[in-house]
Amino acid sequence: MSTPDAPRRVRVTNPRASAAKRPINPTGTREIDEQTRLGEIYMLSLVQTQLRLTLAVIAGVLLVLGSIPLLFWLVPPTRTLSVLGLPLPWVILGILVYPVVYVAARIYVRHAERIEAEFTEFVGRQ
Amino acid sequence: MSPALSLSAIGLVVAATIGIGLFGLRISRTTSDFYVASRAITPRWNASAISGEYLSAASFLGVAGLVLVNGADMLWFSVGYTVGYLMLLVLVAAPLRRSGAYTLPDFAETRFESAAVRRICAGLVVGIGTLYLLPQLHGAGLAVQTVTGAPPQVGAMIVAVIVVINVAAGGMRSITFVQAFQYWLKLTALATPIFVILLAWHQPTGVLDSLHGAAAEWAEPLSRAGGRAHPLYATYSLLMALCFGTMGLPHVLVRFYTNPDGRAARRTTVVVLALLGLFYLFPPMYAVLGRTFAPDLVGAGGDTVVLELPGRVFPGTAGDLLGALVAAGAFAAFLSTSSGLTVAIAGVIDQDLLRSRLHRWTGGDYVAVNSFRIAALLAMVVPYLAFTVTGALSLADTVGLAFALAASTFCPLLVLGIWWRRMSTTGAAAGLVVGGIAASAAALVNVTGGPHGGWPRALVGQPAAWTMPLAFLTVIVVSKLTPDKIPAGTARSMVRLHTPEAVDVDRGPGPATAHRALPTARRS
Repeated sequence: MSTPDAPRRVRVTNPRASAAKRPINPTGTREIDEQTRLGEIYMLSLVQTQLRLTLAVIAGVLLVLGSIPLLFWLVPPTRTLSVLGLPLPWVILGILVYPVVYVAARIYVRHAERIEAEFTEFVGRQ
Repeated sequence: MSPALSLSAIGLVVAATIGIGLFGLRISRTTSDFYVASRAITPRWNASAISGEYLSAASFLGVAGLVLVNGADMLWFSVGYTVGYLMLLVLVAAPLRRSGAYTLPDFAETRFESAAVRRICAGLVVGIGTLYLLPQLHGAGLAVQTVTGAPPQVGAMIVAVIVVINVAAGGMRSITFVQAFQYWLKLTALATPIFVILLAWHQPTGVLDSLHGAAAEWAEPLSRAGGRAHPLYATYSLLMALCFGTMGLPHVLVRFYTNPDGRAARRTTVVVLALLGLFYLFPPMYAVLGRTFAPDLVGAGGDTVVLELPGRVFPGTAGDLLGALVAAGAFAAFLSTSSGLTVAIAGVIDQDLLRSRLHRWTGGDYVAVNSFRIAALLAMVVPYLAFTVTGALSLADTVGLAFALAASTFCPLLVLGIWWRRMSTTGAAAGLVVGGIAASAAALVNVTGGPHGGWPRALVGQPAAWTMPLAFLTVIVVSKLTPDKIPAGTARSMVRLHTPEAVDVDRGPGPATAHRALPTARRS
């Protein structure tokens, strides 16, 4: 190859040799860097997969949390129902909510990291 | 309650805060240290620090007070404060960290390539921060008043001065250690009296009397105890403000920048959720016990129930000791949240308002760190002046308005900016302006009295349920109308926000944050 002190601009190499150095298939990261159609599709699929996960978690949480006031509103006896010596609303809102939220967060992080690991392997290995 | 004991406990907290701050000062050398603690803080430290900073006067005193006075519906406050972090986790945590933005204006400028959007954001950060600092000062005044009988200005002044000194002296590195320490202090201070009371009580069932029987209407959700005409609407609206406002609070984003990468940002948030859940088990217990042991506080606003309960249950030395512990925890709450807010507001004032002007006035003859210090002073002076002129609003109510404003401005900006590639710069600006005006108008009407009953009162008292959708709708409609204003670098921004750090891609130039051409502050 060229000597280290030769100026870059005038370096002359065999076109076939330099062509051989390039990977035959451009990697996924290059597709993304050059914003090719394929690279856009890679990014779109990553963002959409993550967004679907996010929306699923939000829908689940809002459905569960959002139905609690509705339950109290529509079924008045639940407002005073006693569970283990405590009124049901206090058990749900004061205690149960927190472990549920924590578990939801753990599940989300596991899925989000798996999506990212798959993406990393996919675009890196092409 | 023994003033001497409580004052020495408060003095200890203040001394420890300043002490850890000075320790931080010795290791923070450069401007970059000042801002981001060199991004070398582990998730566990960081999670303690985030929780320590987040648990404010509203959580430590306000939630218990609200539940005591207004009943079970107020339990939604602590639920919302926690679920807000879950929403932050799934919607923005990792992308926000990967954006490389240190402040919300940084994020806005890089994503939307617009100095105008940046300026609107800077104004909103100062506005939300000031609205959030106000109840901290109010709480500090209340605590010192309860303990010693001194006027509220004294406690507020103490907190203001200590926070400014600490922030100006140590910056964020020391703040991280201080905040982590404050979380555990606050948890200990809140939990210990409850455990002592429950252990010392001979008949545990008697403690729960206030929850049952004829006089227990307050313990029912959606009852009239809250004094609200439309409790179902108010509950949903409050839940929305708290769930979606958290991500838009200025001190929260700054804290996320201290994570090394997006993955760490997510894991930190999970630990935060565990720490918050643990903490919020305790304020409702104060309310339940307060109904039995301090029923007179129900008429007095209730914000002091956490401070007064130990003395009411155990007259004598035991009560004094526990009271001193709680007072110390309350002061930790004021100091930590105020410090975090002051760092965030000062960062914005420094970068967006002060530094260029200082540079012009002094002809470049200034040290960047000094600009940050002046900004820290300014960040506290405005809320302190506002504190001296505004009347006493309930702690958690004022905080609720700050959340509503954040949910109506920064939430649409962040969520749509991260997930929607067809968002235009004009749409971003329009959403911020419309959401900001609607929510601040509601807050203003609320503070000055406002409508007295029916739907107008409910809509103004809890505005998030209509201001937040309004802001989202504005962004979407205006973006659709101005497709030519979609930032040219949107595709590259999406790559930066969403690709894991392990993938070697071109992430674009990134935000020009605090590191931009900064001189090394002090070489000693």
